[in-house]
Amino acid sequence: MATLEEHGAKRTTLYAVHKAAGAKMAEFGAWEMPIEYAGITQEHLAVRNSAALFDVSHMGEISVCGPRALALLQGLTSNDVARLKIFQAQYTALTYPQGSAVDDCVVHRLDEDKYFICVNAANTQKDYDWIVEHNAVGAEVRDVSSEYSQLALQGPRAMAILANVTDFNLASLRYYWCGYAQCCGVQGLLARTGYTGEDGFEFYFPPQGSARVWNALLEAGRKEKLQPAGLGARNTLRLEAGYPLYGHELDEDTTLLEANLGWICKLDKGEFVGRSALEKQRQLGVRKKLVGFEMLDPGIARDGYPVWVEGKKVGRVTSGSPAPFLKKNIGLAFVSPAAAETGREMTIEIRARQVRARQVPLPFYKRPK
Amino acid sequence: MYPEEFQYTKDHEWLRVDEGIGTLGITEHAQKELGDVVYVELPKVGDPVTASETLGTVESVKAVSEVYSPVTGEVLAVNDKLQNHPELLNSDPHGSAWLVQIRLSDPKEIEKLMSAEEYEAYVREDKAH
Repeated sequence: MATLEEHGAKRTTLYAVHKAAGAKMAEFGAWEMPIEYAGITQEHLAVRNSAALFDVSHMGEISVCGPRALALLQGLTSNDVARLKIFQAQYTALTYPQGSAVDDCVVHRLDEDKYFICVNAANTQKDYDWIVEHNAVGAEVRDVSSEYSQLALQGPRAMAILANVTDFNLASLRYYWCGYAQCCGVQGLLARTGYTGEDGFEFYFPPQGSARVWNALLEAGRKEKLQPAGLGARNTLRLEAGYPLYGHELDEDTTLLEANLGWICKLDKGEFVGRSALEKQRQLGVRKKLVGFEMLDPGIARDGYPVWVEGKKVGRVTSGSPAPFLKKNIGLAFVSPAAAETGREMTIEIRARQVRARQVPLPFYKRPK
Repeated sequence: MYPEEFQYTKDHEWLRVDEGIGTLGITEHAQKELGDVVYVELPKVGDPVTASETLGTVESVKAVSEVYSPVTGEVLAVNDKLQNHPELLNSDPHGSAWLVQIRLSDPKEIEKLMSAEEYEAYVREDKAH
């Protein structure tokens, strides 16, 4: 994410390309990013049915290296980093002592003692400071965000499109694995990861090459109708897939267990920040529970709207939107544990009106195998 | 782009007044800013509306946007097609996707609205910022 800070907001090196292509730009965190190209619905459906290309260069990257790298990451994250083989990636969280997330992130192991962490744009500085502050073991920690552009190519046709511009054996790259690859003549790190609930790849490479890679990928995907897409569709896609978004489902006051992220809490891996709080909560129970719901009546629940069950306020919506593929209005909400039950009817208060909704299992959407 | 026979508000709505009856809609600029419209909430026939107060809402995938009534009066007709086809607001905002018709109680209120030319300048100004 190379930065140009002329107007206060940061811009990726693809800013001019997006602008020229007619993308609608808006501020997202501190970044001026493309929100939509052809429209959120069309971009969303392109990912489900074929493929779309996203500039996600605003994401931060932190490298942790040296003989103590593993020890540092084991102590600061909830998932078990020791399980990572070289070129394997892992979804995890940097944790606070109370069991909540400093950030959620993806750790890639690039070598024996070399880890590369992809973090949320708005949290990059906070994450870096947190890691450095707790680096008693003396690992080598660097914020390398400005050294990388990141593009996400997502959708069932992603592999076929990418095969046009790389010699890398894509079929051998499994989900949540990565490798060094040359794509469109540019050397970088290619990971089979994403935030859309669909198959796809994320490519990290030096920002100087961003326009070249972006344009070459669009050209390579012409036959497949590869759609350039913005952060608007990225959000509806991740919601349909039931993925949390920091600042909505995750924050300082929400433990990983409450956010349904118990699966990344490896409490028996040894000591880490927040482990005892999570252990205690696992025994005593959570204070709130993240649930998925769909609207039964017309109306769209939005972030912050109150949730009611049988005349009692039981929580609030954290994310809500139309789900373009499922063609329903869906959302995520934190409710009291007693109110959390698949199938339960609730009402969402939408501008002083009570609108019916029902709790449904997560994820809302699962891609066909 | 912006019909001469309409008048426009700073909230990116248009009003066409014909013999004391105003037809209200959102502008091309508004639909572009909103993106894909997925839901429209409108008043009922017979409801009173007041100038500068909320008359309904238009929701796109990413946000809710309020529609303000530029005039005071009574709702005479509501465009029911929008319930099932909110996307008309994206494809034909100046035509078939009109929102409501209002019987104006104070025709002088429309004197404050912008002409097509003034509105186009206003949009250009808006874009520059």
